[in-house]
Amino acid sequence: MDISNYKDVYVFVEQREGVIQNIALELLGKARDLANALDEKVVAICPGHTIANKAKGLFAYGADRVLCIDDAELGVYTTEPYTQAIAQIVNSYKPGILMIGATTIGRDLGPRLSARLNTGLTADCTQLEIGEDRHLMMTRPAFGGNLMATIVCKEHRPQMSTVRPGVMKPGIKDESRNGEVEMVSIDFDRTKFRVKVIETVKEKKNLVDITEANVLISGGRGIGSEEGFELLQQLAKLLGAEVSASRAAVDSGLSTHERQVGQTGKTVRPDVYIAAGISGAIQHLAGMEESEFIIAINKDKSAPIFQIADLGIVGDAKKIIALLTEKLKKE
Amino acid sequence: MNMKIIVCIKQVPDTTEIKLDPVTGTLIRDGVPSIMNPDDKGGLELALQLKDKYNAHVTVITMGPMQADDILREAYAMGADRAIHLTDRKFAGADTLATSNALAGALRQLEYDLIISGRQAIDGDTAQVGPQIAELLDLPQVTYLESLEFDEKNTFTIRKQTEEGYQIVQVDTPCLVSVLSSANKARYMNVRGIVEAHSREVELWGVDKIEVDHEKLGLKGSPTKVNKAFTKGVKSAGQVFEVDDYEAVEIIVNKLKEKYIL
Repeated sequence: MDISNYKDVYVFVEQREGVIQNIALELLGKARDLANALDEKVVAICPGHTIANKAKGLFAYGADRVLCIDDAELGVYTTEPYTQAIAQIVNSYKPGILMIGATTIGRDLGPRLSARLNTGLTADCTQLEIGEDRHLMMTRPAFGGNLMATIVCKEHRPQMSTVRPGVMKPGIKDESRNGEVEMVSIDFDRTKFRVKVIETVKEKKNLVDITEANVLISGGRGIGSEEGFELLQQLAKLLGAEVSASRAAVDSGLSTHERQVGQTGKTVRPDVYIAAGISGAIQHLAGMEESEFIIAINKDKSAPIFQIADLGIVGDAKKIIALLTEKLKKE
Repeated sequence: MNMKIIVCIKQVPDTTEIKLDPVTGTLIRDGVPSIMNPDDKGGLELALQLKDKYNAHVTVITMGPMQADDILREAYAMGADRAIHLTDRKFAGADTLATSNALAGALRQLEYDLIISGRQAIDGDTAQVGPQIAELLDLPQVTYLESLEFDEKNTFTIRKQTEEGYQIVQVDTPCLVSVLSSANKARYMNVRGIVEAHSREVELWGVDKIEVDHEKLGLKGSPTKVNKAFTKGVKSAGQVFEVDDYEAVEIIVNKLKEKYIL
C-alpha cells in the first residue's frame, strides 16, 4: 500500500434519531489539532437519514468538509450498511486518519471496518498526537489500565482509532466557519443487510449519574458482599452521597455498570471520594484520581489507593463503614 | 440437526490483581493469576445453556501459549464438548487483526451455526476480535448481547445493550455474537467434569492446520505496533493512619465535618 496517497483527518459523525452525538464534536476538536499539525484538512463523514441540515453545523466545530450519506437504511444504526458506507468513502477518498467514537455503535463499527479495510485500529485512545515522522501516535491504557501504551500504524492506512466519550474536549464553536455539505451516494449491496432491528428501547434506569455527585462512596472487593453494599447505601443516604463501585465489585455482580468508576467505567471528580475496600488498580485510579479529597479505607497497608489518598485508614472497610453508619445514625 | 456452537475464549492475567511497585512505578506481574476472560466465560455459559435446551454441540477455541491449556480444561469441566488450542510461534506478537486472522483461519475448518465471543478481554479492553472475525468470515454480527432466544429453526432474537437502554434485533444462522459477562452468570465446574477434564483431548493446531495467508499472522501480520509502553506517575500520598476502628471512625467524621459534608 502506498501510504503517500492517503491524507486528511476523517471523523465518523454518530447520530441517533437524527441527533448528532456530542462525541462527534469532541472528535472534531481533536481532529482539528491533528490536521493543523499535519497542515491537512478535517473531513466529517455523516451517515444518516435526512441529516444534511444538521450536518451543516459541523463546520463550526472544526470540519473543513462535510460528507453526508443519506439513506433510509442509515437512520437507525446497523453494522453492515454503515460499514459499507464508510468503507466506500475510505476507498475513494483515502483518509490518512479515521477517528470513531468508542460508543456501543463505534465499537461495533470500528473493528468490522478495520478488518474490511485490512488496517489497524487502536481502541479507546486517551491521547492522540502527530509524531515526528507524521504518523499518528495513539496512546491508550492497557493491561486493565495498569500500563499506558503508545501504538503506531505505520504501513497501513487509514490509521484508525476510537476515543471514549468525555476524553477529548469539543472545539470551540466558530460560527464564522461555513461550507457546503457534500452529498455522497453509496452503491449498497443490500443482500448483505442481515441484521434486522425490531425495537429500540430507551430505559430510564433510575437515572443514576455518579459523575454529578458531590460525594461518592465507592465499594470494592474489600467491602465483600451484597450486605456490604447495603451498608454503603445506608451511609450514602446519611451523607447525601451516591454509591459507586470498582470494576471488581461490578464484575462480581455487587453493583451495576452505570455505577462503575474507572477506565472501563466512568470518570468522576466529586468533592469527596470515599474508597471502601478498593485496592486501587490503575484502571480504577484513572477514573477518580481528580477527585477533590480522597478518603481510602483498606486493610492492605501497601494498597496503591493509599498513594493517591488524602486520608488513608488501614483497616477492615466493612467494619469501619458499619461503625461510621451507626455513629451517624445516632447523631 | 443439532446446533453447532463455537466459543472463542482467551486466557488473561487477572488485571484487578496487578499492582504497581510504589518505588519504581513498574508493574508487578509475579504471582498474578491467569483466568478465563470474564466476558468469554459469559459467552461459554450462553453456549452451555443452548446445549442444555437444544442439545447444541459446543466447541471452545483459544489462541495462546501452552499454559492457555488451563482454560480449555476449565471449559471441559463446565461442559464443553470439544477443545481446540491454536498455538504456534508464528502467532506470537499478534495485534487484534492478526489474532482475528488466525482465529478466522481455524474457524474456516469447522462447522458452526453460531460463533460466540466475549465482548472484550480485560487485558486489552479492545472489543475488536469478535467483529473482526465476523467480517473475515462474512458473517452478520450482533455485539453487546444481553440475552438470546432461538426459534428452533434458524432465527435468533437478541437483546443487545446500548447506552440508553437496549435494542431487540433478529438475525439468522450462521452469525457471530459478542457477549457481556453480566449477561449470564457462569456455572461452576462440576466435580466429575474437573476430574475428566484432565484426561480429555485438547486438539493442538499450528499454522499448518488452518486456512489463512501466513503473511497476515503474528507480529509480521499486525498493522499496529507498540511504539512504547510506560506507567503513569503517581501523585504524592496524604496521611495514612493505622489505628483501631473506633479511632478511625472519629478521624473520618472529623474530616467530613471539616469538608462540610456533615
